[in-house]
Amino acid sequence: MSDRITASSDEQAPLLKIRDLQVGFQTTEGVVPAVRGVDLTLMPGQTLAIVGESGSGKSTTAHAIINLLPGPGRITGGSIEFDGKELTKYSEKEMEEIRGKLIGFVPQDPMSNLNPVWSIGFQVEETIRANGIATGRKEVRAHAIQVLREAGLADADKRLKQFPHQFSGGMRQRVLIGIGLSSRPKLLIADEPTSALDVTVQRRILDHLETLTRDIGTAVLFITHDLGLAAERAEQLVVMYKGKIVEAGPSKEILQNPIHPYTQRLVAAAPSLASRRIQSATHESATHALSDLDYAPTSVTEGLDLIAAAEQRLEHLPTTKRPDAIVVKDLTKVYKIRGQGRGASGEVIASDKVNFSVEKGTTTALVGESGSGKSTVARMILRLEDPTSGSIMIDGQDVAPLKGKQLLDLRRRMQPVFQDPYGSLDPLRNIGNTIGEPLHTHKVGDRTSRKERVLELLDQVALPQSLITRYPNELSGGQRQRVAIARALALKPDVVILDEAVSALDVLVQAQILKLLADLQAELELTYLFITHDLAVVRVIADNVCVMQKGRIVEAASTDDVFDNPQEQYTKELLNAIPGAGITLGV
Amino acid sequence: MSNNTPSSNHFVAPLEETPLVAIDAVKVGDRPSNLWIDAWRDMRRRPMFWISAAIILLVLIVAFFPNLFTQVPPNDNCQLSNSNGAPTGEHILGFTKQGCDVFSRIIHGTSTSLSVGIIVVILTTVLGILFGMFAGYYGGWLDSVLSRAGDIFFSIPYILAAVVIMSVFSAYRNVFVISLAIGIFAWPATARVLRAEILRVKNSDFVMAAQALGVSRFRILIRHVLPNSIAPVIVVTTISLGAAIVAEATLSFLGVGLPNSTMSWGNDISQAQTDLRTAPQTLIYPSLALSITVLSFIMLGEVIRDALDPKARAQR
Repeated sequence: MSDRITASSDEQAPLLKIRDLQVGFQTTEGVVPAVRGVDLTLMPGQTLAIVGESGSGKSTTAHAIINLLPGPGRITGGSIEFDGKELTKYSEKEMEEIRGKLIGFVPQDPMSNLNPVWSIGFQVEETIRANGIATGRKEVRAHAIQVLREAGLADADKRLKQFPHQFSGGMRQRVLIGIGLSSRPKLLIADEPTSALDVTVQRRILDHLETLTRDIGTAVLFITHDLGLAAERAEQLVVMYKGKIVEAGPSKEILQNPIHPYTQRLVAAAPSLASRRIQSATHESATHALSDLDYAPTSVTEGLDLIAAAEQRLEHLPTTKRPDAIVVKDLTKVYKIRGQGRGASGEVIASDKVNFSVEKGTTTALVGESGSGKSTVARMILRLEDPTSGSIMIDGQDVAPLKGKQLLDLRRRMQPVFQDPYGSLDPLRNIGNTIGEPLHTHKVGDRTSRKERVLELLDQVALPQSLITRYPNELSGGQRQRVAIARALALKPDVVILDEAVSALDVLVQAQILKLLADLQAELELTYLFITHDLAVVRVIADNVCVMQKGRIVEAASTDDVFDNPQEQYTKELLNAIPGAGITLGV
Repeated sequence: MSNNTPSSNHFVAPLEETPLVAIDAVKVGDRPSNLWIDAWRDMRRRPMFWISAAIILLVLIVAFFPNLFTQVPPNDNCQLSNSNGAPTGEHILGFTKQGCDVFSRIIHGTSTSLSVGIIVVILTTVLGILFGMFAGYYGGWLDSVLSRAGDIFFSIPYILAAVVIMSVFSAYRNVFVISLAIGIFAWPATARVLRAEILRVKNSDFVMAAQALGVSRFRILIRHVLPNSIAPVIVVTTISLGAAIVAEATLSFLGVGLPNSTMSWGNDISQAQTDLRTAPQTLIYPSLALSITVLSFIMLGEVIRDALDPKARAQR
């Protein structure tokens, strides 16, 4: 147990050596362990990634190193040796000397980690002064400009005077990385540095981070939930599960040959890896069916393997041309906004002459980054927002003029599932009432038949019937999303609009929900409009893809065409940004 | 798979140490729970809840059945020979200036004080919910009209307004009128709290989900938005019940409240102020009754607030 990762070169002393680290959170019911005996070793200049789902203790481990545990968190045992010094014995004052100066930190959410009332320059200069990198006004300013320039921002001296709200998410994260590296620390801890950002931005930021740390020779401890991303960016991989390390070693080896069943599950369920695997299979030989892949789902990965799910979907795919369930023509939405300055006003075109159609019983994915207008389109189709111009036809019927009873009928045939499984269920209504609400609203059946239908739906989404009297706060994210799906299916709709329906879920749960959606589609001949920012997921679930950028559809084709033969530069960028590009998988 | 022997620096935890659990398995505790059930379980564990609830229950019993606690009539049989008299065996708290039994007057005054509190709270809650609910949920011009109306009432201190109203309607001084005078200017506080909460809740995803299901707007308000916004109103209501009792006492003390013929703690305190030095019992005991009752309502309100607001709970 003592040396889980041996040093890559034996002469060097490790930069960071964690032994049997224990972290617990004090609650009213006693101490709840979050990290239970973690060992890891990081050599100078190396990059190590900790991968895990939410609650695995990966972030807690990282925060424990710099003793920034939230509220009731305490290190309850073990040692953290940094550069030959024992950090757990350091006082708060001594830790302040280490933080920022020797260990830099890049936080998760760039939106909330810059103080909105101070200019960017002030915040960069504050760090520089606090770490004693430079003294004297001029020197500090010169250094700040250098930091921003290194962060890859043009016009660094002008940018210093600007405020956080004038920066995009990606630019803010560059500033935070710049701040984190400003004192040339020996170690940089990056806690999910890009999970709040779009994929193309993520790629640029991580490329940038890689170049910078390589030049300075900083070791990086990289925390992420994305196995593909971790393997692409780090030489060493540590997989955490419920506060313990289940597997650790060189990235490629772990991906190609995962041994612990949990790691096997993660590899099977990671969409980025699955989409790569399908990709390489179709590339290597077009005659190879997906099932010929040298991959045998074992019992531990049962129901999680995205390849198997994708392959199953293909079997059910209708071969003949079917009528269109959704036809969207020239759909346009213009928002009027109040501009800056007196009397100024502007227009934002959220959706600009969008055209697409979805065949009955198939899945079309609407893919785009934040601000691309994909959710606006979904909301217009759901009649939650009125289009500025253009038309939407559901089953050949124009939805725009529908009112009252007819609109109610439309809602019966078309149901949504939203992104946030924590927000989309009323916390004060039990599961039975929630799933039964559409039946009640549309006056379907009587009390007993409604209850029967609710029980049937719970079966359909693989939840126990006993949940009927439970409340949402007792369920996990995945279970809530199942409830939301059951509610959407209650009225036996033909069309389901899935607005980022799996984006907020952990990978394993996401894989299960994707499989459930595929099964339900085969069973009930549902038509899906799948709105997502994650192109990797699209590969396993969708038949057709529409790529949106700035309110327009820039490319629309079958999934295979888009992935194999992207026409637009933007689509190519999106595809390249799927993590795990350079990884050859053993499967 | 190509090979199953990991290289020397590839660590794999033994499966026995890290057993897999079923993904997304349903972990169902023994009892269902939601916000209210959780809050109840939390309150149940707090001694403060039981103390304040017990006192409030006692006050309620006293108000409804005063004769269970004293057989001495509060107003009749007052003998001036006993004026400001010290406690005796049967009259444990002594006598007032008029020679009436202090204990009996406190017991019989309870129902007045409590009635004022309850009527005021019903009035402010109903008005506050109506104004706050429609202002917050429908927004736009309706919000502007309702909120400005609330602001007008809010800008006048309710005690001051009640003094004016009671002076004008001096011919109709009874429990109901004094409650109306207090309540009519006290509701904007409730309305504001509810409006803010409704503004937050109406943007929840579950509201959009209900909308997409075809649930009507008003029904969404009643079934989803209001129940999720009502918690802070309950806290405000509990605390303001105490405040209303104080307001009645204040008005009576100022001589614009209930007539002397009506027994209330405020009246007793008012009449006792001249004799503070000679007969402190006539002032202290009604004041004590008032303080303890009000304190229990405020304590209960705080316990409820802590139980309903998990953030406040975590900081303890």
